[in-house]
Amino acid sequence: MTRISSMILLTGALSGLFGLGNVIAAEAVKGSAKYEKLEQCVEPTSVMRRNHFEFIKHQRNLTVHQGIRGSKYSLAGCVDCHARKDASGKYVPVNEEGQFCDECHDYVAIDLKCFECHATVPREK
Amino acid sequence: MSKLEQEGRREFLKKAAAGTVVTLAPGVMLHSLSAEAAPRTEPVTGKVRWGMLIDANKCAEGCNDCVAACDKENGLNLVDMPEGADESLWERQRPRWIRQITLKDNLTGRLTSLPMMCQHCEEPPCADVCPTGASFRRADGIVMVDRHICIGCRYCMMACPYKARSFIHAEVAEKLTHTPRGKGCVESCNFCVHRLDNGQTTTACQDACKHQAIIFGDLNDPQSAVSQALKKYPSVAIRDDLKLNPGVRYSNI
Repeated sequence: MTRISSMILLTGALSGLFGLGNVIAAEAVKGSAKYEKLEQCVEPTSVMRRNHFEFIKHQRNLTVHQGIRGSKYSLAGCVDCHARKDASGKYVPVNEEGQFCDECHDYVAIDLKCFECHATVPREK
Repeated sequence: MSKLEQEGRREFLKKAAAGTVVTLAPGVMLHSLSAEAAPRTEPVTGKVRWGMLIDANKCAEGCNDCVAACDKENGLNLVDMPEGADESLWERQRPRWIRQITLKDNLTGRLTSLPMMCQHCEEPPCADVCPTGASFRRADGIVMVDRHICIGCRYCMMACPYKARSFIHAEVAEKLTHTPRGKGCVESCNFCVHRLDNGQTTTACQDACKHQAIIFGDLNDPQSAVSQALKKYPSVAIRDDLKLNPGVRYSNI
């Protein structure tokens, strides 16, 4: 491997890291409950980032088939904390462009299907 | 008092409340099935079978309260007519979990009005024909659709002898948290399962019926209001010939 090609690789890797860094920095969307309270999610951020889909996939079966609604993980729980309010105090759908879900999923080109059916703003209290 | 002690006390009170039977008047009892009004943490079991008795004599002709309450509770009023759809077609195809129907005895001309919804069969034909297992009967007798695995083939709609199921034809802009809804899935009455799972013991239609035509409760509990009423009054299962053992029974039809 020539020196130039390794330099290119290194630059690529670095810029990739920084790119990811931007995504990570946006984990608590400004205006969201999490941003304001700075509380930890149901699991440490690193665990959530890697496994959130596994958690809610298992939970959805428990909820639909066994009626368990008091579980630790739930999509409604994600939306409750991570949806942002706009200037007029109205909730912005959590899957909209630039919002919490979209931020990473857009970066890794994952087409999110949850919100074709599920509510995108926090549950009515 | 320490936090631990407080928690112990709370648990004790919860358990003490669980077995409470409130006697309102002789013969009328309020039975608290799941006393803790908290979200369910244990799987549902076959110890409970949810069911209903509908008194068609009390059901007033022209009254639409249960249908309206159901629409509101389950977000059916948020489903708009798809753009460019035919209005008469929409009226026939729009999602409805309860249909208000009127029966006429051709011999005597007597009219009977009653709400018709999913009858929550013990042997549900919808679950029989479902190719993916999306239609299923929960342990506590509630027949439901798991939308995660429903492919929208609508076999269940054809199989249901009660015409109880609806299909969502287009994307729905606004959804309620407890009732997800999307294009291409079948749905029907689920006895307000989100209420039951969160510790409540009534359905929206029952609460809305000012004529008290709907009694809802646990068919397996001989003390429940619905069991007592079934014991006392004659009732029928619609399409009894199919031997589906529905959880919804009617009297005075």
